Amino acid sequence: MEIDPKKIDYVLMKNRRDRNALIPILQDIQAELNWLPEEALEIVALELGIPLIDVYGVTTFYRTFSLKPRGKHIVTVCLGTACHVRGGQRITETISRELKINSGETTKDLKFTLETVNCLGCCAIGPIVVVDGEYYGGMTSQKALALLKRTGREEA
Amino acid sequence: MKEFRTHLMVCGGTGCVSNNAFKIKEALEREIKKLDLEDEVLVVMTGCNGFCAQGPIMVVQPDGVFYQMLTEKDIPHLVEEHLLKGRPVKKLMYTPSEKKKPIPKMSDIGFFSKQRLIALRNRGLVDPEKIDEYIAREGYKALAKALTLMSPEEIIKEIKDSGLRGRGGAGFPTGRKWELARNAPGEQKYIVCNADEGDPGAFMDRSVIEADPHSVLEGMIIGARAIGTFHGFIYIRNEYPLALERLIKAIEQAREYGLLGEKIFGSDFDFDITVHRGAGAFVCGEETALMACIEGRVGRPRPRPPYPAEKGLWGKPTNINNVETWANIPLIILRGSKWFSEIGTQTSKGTKVFSLVGKINNTGLLEVPMGITLREIIYDIGGGIPGGKRFKAVQTGGPSGGCIPAELIDLHVDYEELTKVGSMMGSGGMVVMDETTCMVDVAKYFITFCMDESCGQCTPCREGIERMLDILTEICEGKGKEGDIELLEELAYAIVDGSLCGLGGTASNPVLTTIRYFRDEYEAHIKEKRCPAHVCKALIQYFIDEEKCNGCGLCLKQCPVDAVIGELKEPHSIDQAKCSKCGICYESCKFEAVRVE
Repeated sequence: MEIDPKKIDYVLMKNRRDRNALIPILQDIQAELNWLPEEALEIVALELGIPLIDVYGVTTFYRTFSLKPRGKHIVTVCLGTACHVRGGQRITETISRELKINSGETTKDLKFTLETVNCLGCCAIGPIVVVDGEYYGGMTSQKALALLKRTGREEA
Repeated sequence: MKEFRTHLMVCGGTGCVSNNAFKIKEALEREIKKLDLEDEVLVVMTGCNGFCAQGPIMVVQPDGVFYQMLTEKDIPHLVEEHLLKGRPVKKLMYTPSEKKKPIPKMSDIGFFSKQRLIALRNRGLVDPEKIDEYIAREGYKALAKALTLMSPEEIIKEIKDSGLRGRGGAGFPTGRKWELARNAPGEQKYIVCNADEGDPGAFMDRSVIEADPHSVLEGMIIGARAIGTFHGFIYIRNEYPLALERLIKAIEQAREYGLLGEKIFGSDFDFDITVHRGAGAFVCGEETALMACIEGRVGRPRPRPPYPAEKGLWGKPTNINNVETWANIPLIILRGSKWFSEIGTQTSKGTKVFSLVGKINNTGLLEVPMGITLREIIYDIGGGIPGGKRFKAVQTGGPSGGCIPAELIDLHVDYEELTKVGSMMGSGGMVVMDETTCMVDVAKYFITFCMDESCGQCTPCREGIERMLDILTEICEGKGKEGDIELLEELAYAIVDGSLCGLGGTASNPVLTTIRYFRDEYEAHIKEKRCPAHVCKALIQYFIDEEKCNGCGLCLKQCPVDAVIGELKEPHSIDQAKCSKCGICYESCKFEAVRVE
């Protein structure tokens, strides 16, 4: 895919091309592009003087980073302990079945990415589903399906 | 500052914000304007109030009336009645399940009455985004005292005498840690605030930062002075966007006021703080992995010694404390070590913040003196178990901790007592479980968690945890064999012995404690192929009670695999061959006609 090197350069500049800031730099690039294309990693490696394999190592180690394009809508199900005992897993399975993708995958039309997280720290309102940064508490499988429908419709 | 007769303190913690707290605030301001009360009533967005289960929450000050579960629709009536006519609205107050009358005042509610606030001293009382409000509540007064009246050695002595121990889990004496870092040779040193609160079910640190970020900053500046460093880091989890935002704002304000930067309080002391966002790796809560992450590398733990106090960030002496530990510091300096050490037990001084979650009525955040019993926490503060179910266990210490069974409910909570029963203090998450929680499933949950989060460096942790998961999965699927329990125990001890860091070293705790206290549940799964709590999918079946079912068709419509059969207005039934046991029929039935066996 074509990426705009100016965007990468801007992020590098903002972080003063500091080698120690590799993780913030990658976070900023992902915030900009929604994922981390290989070309972007190559530019970062070259500009910071870090071997590409180390940059790759960091991106695969941390859960935040995605080396595949992500969907327009990011659906995150919390699987913290409190959400787990209240049925978070069942909700993940329901969404997974509805979108026909597993956790960590993106639908073919690039509309949805399904992710899970190990605790968002708002256990009181669990089970929680986050869609594009908005938190929805007290979820059930049914409510989650309705939420997906709503999100999909808004786009159309 | 302009004076108002009434302040409306609206909770702006993540929980309440997810429940539309900002819309409530807007609605309040709209109504106040409409009734021309703008000069008399001020709406303040505070940090987490703690009583998350009842959100969105608002407390009216100075009278202390507590309103809960607010919706936008309630606001016009509430503003008119309470603020204009002076008649508090009963139906929006908290009513405990066992009582009929609402409790108007926050301080009379059981959830709050047994708490003692030190780390959370300003929660719900200040706007966390305004430094002036923190200062008005004695904020940065301890820093002034530490910088102008105390030598670094005196600060360390005060912290040592207070008996404060690390609130991140291990409980190492804070004063001694500081002393080690101060005495370590070298000019360049660092301090770090560990806000990588990764334990699922724990949100103490998030709430401290969201409610009172300056208390953490003040603690750090005092620590920096004592240890002799001019650069600090806050490592914060990426999953906490609101806490991050408030932290950055607080740092900017502190710089503006000359509390961070050069020549703090006009002294010769310089100090500044950099915020580092985590990238989603649980293991980075471990101090050596955390430092690797700050340095921009893969977050893998390394052997200790050398400890960070000798060789930390970029090889320099580094002192790492948890958020709650830092937040305790200002009050210890201000009130003195004697005051602090009088609270708590012989070995564990002060208070501890816990997040109480799971199968409990009053989910939320609480701060209690060390030594309080589990019974007081679960029943007096937590309000007991919902739906009249039986209390079964409480899990403390996250994936490193263990499950404490109901018969130990009179245990006094401190570092030593929790370790004695096979669990640990950990960062302070408490997950309550009732009779519908399967303990084998809980063990499997934590082991799955640890497998996902293992950095893969040590073989016992990487491979051993996976083998444990295989065995637990088989047990949950009804394929467990005689000897599985013993094999699990053997593996568990091998992983403890063979792992480098705390993740592997404690990963077995949930398995070992569930075997220790709930062996009968493991045996029911293995020998009788039965899940007593009706959780493990392979061992349960869903049925429709023909007498209760009125054939409304809701479950039939919802079932994703068309396993529900029946005519409209006739009792339905489930085709067991098709049923995927997703539980959606059970969830959706309004007549409790779906049973699990």
